[in-house]
Order: sequence, then C-alpha cells, then structure tokens
Amino acid sequence: MALLTKKDTKLILDPLADNNPITIQVLGICSALAITAELNASIVMAVSVLFVLGLGNVVISLMRNIIPSKIRIIVQLVVVAALVIIVDQVLKAFAYELSKTLAVFVGLIITNCIIMGRFEAFALGNGVWRSFLDGIGNAAGYGIILIIVGFFRELLGSGTLLGIPVLGNPIDKTGLYSIGYENNGFMLLSPMALIVVGILIWIQRSRNKALIEEN
Amino acid sequence: MRNKRLTFKKRLHILKHHYRDKKLAPAFNAFHTFLFSPDETTHSGSHIRGADDLKRTMNTVIMALIPVLLFSMFNAGYQYYSAINGFPENFSVWNDFITWDNFWIGITKVLPLVVVSYGVGLLVEFIFAVIKGHEVEEGYLVTGMLVPLIVPIDTPLWMLAVAVVFGVVIGKEVFGGTGMNILNPALTIRAFLFFAYPTWMSGDKVWVHGAVERAGTPDAISGETILGYLAQNNASEFSYSVSDMFFGFIPGSVGETSAFLILLGGLFLIFSKIASWRIMVSAVAGALAMGLIFNGVVDAGWISESSKFYGLMSFEFWKHLIVGGLAFGIVYMATDPVTGSQTNRGKWIYGFLIGFISVMIRVFNPAYPEGVFLAILLMNVFAPTIDHYVVRGNISRRMKRFKDAVIIPKDTDTKEAAVKVETI
Repeated sequence: MALLTKKDTKLILDPLADNNPITIQVLGICSALAITAELNASIVMAVSVLFVLGLGNVVISLMRNIIPSKIRIIVQLVVVAALVIIVDQVLKAFAYELSKTLAVFVGLIITNCIIMGRFEAFALGNGVWRSFLDGIGNAAGYGIILIIVGFFRELLGSGTLLGIPVLGNPIDKTGLYSIGYENNGFMLLSPMALIVVGILIWIQRSRNKALIEEN
Repeated sequence: MRNKRLTFKKRLHILKHHYRDKKLAPAFNAFHTFLFSPDETTHSGSHIRGADDLKRTMNTVIMALIPVLLFSMFNAGYQYYSAINGFPENFSVWNDFITWDNFWIGITKVLPLVVVSYGVGLLVEFIFAVIKGHEVEEGYLVTGMLVPLIVPIDTPLWMLAVAVVFGVVIGKEVFGGTGMNILNPALTIRAFLFFAYPTWMSGDKVWVHGAVERAGTPDAISGETILGYLAQNNASEFSYSVSDMFFGFIPGSVGETSAFLILLGGLFLIFSKIASWRIMVSAVAGALAMGLIFNGVVDAGWISESSKFYGLMSFEFWKHLIVGGLAFGIVYMATDPVTGSQTNRGKWIYGFLIGFISVMIRVFNPAYPEGVFLAILLMNVFAPTIDHYVVRGNISRRMKRFKDAVIIPKDTDTKEAAVKVETI
C-alpha cells in the first residue's frame, strides 16, 4: 500500500494553491501583515505554525471521540496553547533576537483562525493520519504565502534577503544603489503587506478562473 | 467608386470600423475620440446630445492647469537662481522672473516629469484596456497633468514612474477603472512617493532644483519652504512677503506655489461648471476656521513660544491659504467628481472637513509640515458615508413632512399607511 493515497495527496496539495488559507479563505491575515517585513521572521513563523498545526491536528484527532462537544473550543485552546508555549520557549532559548522580532505574534498563533478552523473543520471528524496531512498542508499553504510576501517586502524594502545585502550597500552607494536606486520604505509598512497579499490573490484568480466568485 | 477627397476625420471613422474587432481597437479608439467626437449614435431610448463628454471635461481641467504649469517652469528657474545668487533687489516680474534662463531650468526639470507621468500612466491604461477589452478611459488625462505639479522638482524620474504604476493599478484599475476609484489617483501617487521615499519628498532640500546634489558641499543651498521654517519656529528667517506667497514666488512642490493662478483656474472651473464651487468655498471656510482656532489658542496664551507648534499655530489664519499645497489641493484635487461627495449638502461637509483637517495636520504633523494630501485622501474614504447619511436624512425628513401632512384615518392600521408612504 502506498504511503499516500490520491485523496491524501489532495489533502496536502489543495491548501497550497486552490484552497489556500490566506489567499482563498482569507484567514490568518493579521500575522501575515505583521511579521512579513523580514524573510527570516516569515520563515520562522511558517515553521512554527507548521509544528503547531500539524501536531495540534493529531492531538485533537486522537481525542476527538472523548471531547464533549460543549467544551470542545476550550479543549482546542488548551492544546494549541500548550504547543505554542513550546514553540515560544524553543525560540527564546535558541533564537532570542528573532523571538524579539516576532514578539507577541508567536503567542498570537493561538488566535490564528487557520488553526482553530482546521481543528473544528477537519481534526474533529477525521482520523489521525488524515488530520496530520491536513494540518501540514494548511500550514504549508499559509507558510508559502508568508514567505513570498516576506521575500518581496524584505528585498524591496531593505534591499536584503535573510539579512544579507543583495542589492548593494545603500550608504556606500554600491551595487544597484550606485545608479540611483533606493529602498522602498513603504514596503516595510503593514499596508503594503496587505497590497502584496492582494496582488497575490489577483494573480492566482486570473490564472485560475474557477476561483472567481459569481455575484 | 471611392471618394478621394475624404477628410482626415472620415478616414479615421472608416479605419475604426475596419479594425473594430481587433485586439488593439480600444487603443485606436482612444486617440480617435480624443480628436473627434464618435460617429456612433444611440439607437434606443431617449437621449440628449451634448458636447461635454468626459474627454471635454478633462480637457477643461487641463486648460485650467496650463497657466499653473507654465508658471511652475519659470518659478523652478527663479528659485534655483535666487538660491544661488541671492534674491534680486527691486524684483520685477519681467526682468527677474520671466526670463529665458528661468524657463530653461523649468523645461529641463518639469517637462521630463510631465512626459514620464503621461507616458507611464497612459501605457498602463492602454495595457489594461487591451487586456480587459474595453475602451481606454480618459481618467488619466487630468491625473497625468496633476502628478508632476504636486511632486518636488528633483524627484527622480524612475521613482515617479514606479509611483505612477502603483497609483494607476492599485489606486484605480483594481477598483474597475475610471469612475470607480475610491481614492484620487494623483494623490495616491503622491502618498506612495511620500511613504516609500520620504527623503525625496520632505525636508529642506528637495524643494529647489539642485539643493539635493549640493547638500554637504561648499555650494550648499537651502530649499526650505515657508511651512518648513514655521515648523522649526524660524518665522523670522524667511523674507517672503505676502505678495510673494500669493503670486507664488516661493519654493514648494512644482505647481502648488501660485495661489493667484490657482484662483484663476478655480474660477475658470467654476464658471465652466466643471468643478463644484460648494467644495471649494467650504474647504476654504474649513481651513480658515481651523486657522482661527489655532490663532485663538495663541492669543489666549495657552501655548508657550517655545512649543514646537507655536510657529505654525501663530501663523495668521488666512495665510494658510496662500502657502503650501492647500489652494492647489482644494481647487484641483478635492473637487474630483469621482472621489468627492455627490450630494450638495454632502459637498459642504466634505469640503469643510478637508480644509479643517488639512490645517490641523499641517500644524500637528511631526514629520512634515503639510497635510493637504492626507486630508483629501481621508475625506475621499469618508465621502460615500457622508453621502449615505445625507440621503438617509433627506428621506426621513421628507417622510416626516409627508406624515405630518396626511391625516391617517383612524380605522387604518398605521403600518399600512407607512407602507403606502414608502411606495410613494
């Protein structure tokens, strides 16, 4: 038996594009706007959410038959909070500077609508393996958008990628800066992240006409 | 047998029909209707014939802008040479201002801004028209002329091009093109430049040609604006007279300085019924009101002279109208019929708040002593809300009048009567 059936593959691949949590369901926008000014932070955030959502989905799926439905939201919150605290502590221990950049947004993974949404919509009603795949897929879909947005914002806003100058030095006027290029300060502000996400949604929908809602 | 003596107009009409379904037809039609009115007629329904279509409206605004543009070219040179050689004694307009040297600076600095603004903006419009298969819309004609007039003279051309692409695509095309935009595209472009490249859009170096290049050298010159001096409480450091401010012999964005020519342009727009006099009048009133309040605060002694707001607060209230971009914004930007309020009562509120908030931001903005573009963009966003409440208010007032006038028979259920009122 193959490790992944056709249905399983779909669980992972769908959220990457045609059912992307950010560009299609428009969930998790808040953190996508706040932390994408640097590619570094975007990647760490993507990995954190991957960990929390993948594991959280497994835990919730394991417990799905014993959770009383009246208190299920509280149980979900406890699970996600526990996982987020693990992530937070690990970051503080091994990447202190980065955890300061991400600041409150690691803690706010708890309130990320994607996570609660997947618990409610999928993990409560599906087996462990499928829930795990769904969690991984959705977190990856979220992460991809974060990384794309972070890439453009850091490249155009600061002229660096992962903190490494790639366009030259703006103070010594080397590289692109020697011919008059300047960093776009607007890229570092949150409104521009919203516009970049908007442009991604635009590109995606113009490539796949099936996604356009009728009205 | 073909008639050989076809007029140019007729030939264009024939060409248009010939290429009707081709991909580039919208682009062709745009030039065609720019030159002549279209030869199609409406076939159904009642219609009236009028020459004042969108293109003529736009052209009228451009006509009102031409004097400002010409003035700005002379002023660019005048400010440049004054900064280098000192202000001429016994200033005379004919000898010191309208000179070939001044105009040459204007040609070499202002004209490229105009060309880039139109070139890039129209290119974007054409691309969108061809992709979407609709006619090229005229909206950019005015925007393209406004943009070079509201930026500092030394704005790098590539920055302007980037900003124009952003302004036209994000400010206008994503909302559905001309007539659908929420924000004024020219001000969107200005706002983009301001937030993206603040060092080129504010400070004391960008307002006079050459000041940026000379900064830090022995030849350094200052390009500080009047508002800039006031924001630093240096009111005594500039020597511009009231007539300099009114006629526009002061540093500033390319076309914003001459309140006199803007006033003439505004009158022209009012008498040609293109722009709303209500917005202009109420915006002036709003600016004066806010200025009076600030002057009152200073007179009452509530603010010390060492306060960083003192310089701008103590500036005579009416002078706010003749310095900075307030006059230009009120006449050419606030009156944009697409982004402004549509109802008459709404126009009064909309205009008043623009003037009021402009002067408020001008005084309190810590980064930059000007706020006209921010105030107009803010009110652009609120214009539909203002209109909504004006219309609701009108409906409920008339409902009340109607209810007061009609005696509802005792045996009729009031609910029924209310339904009846609504259908009327």
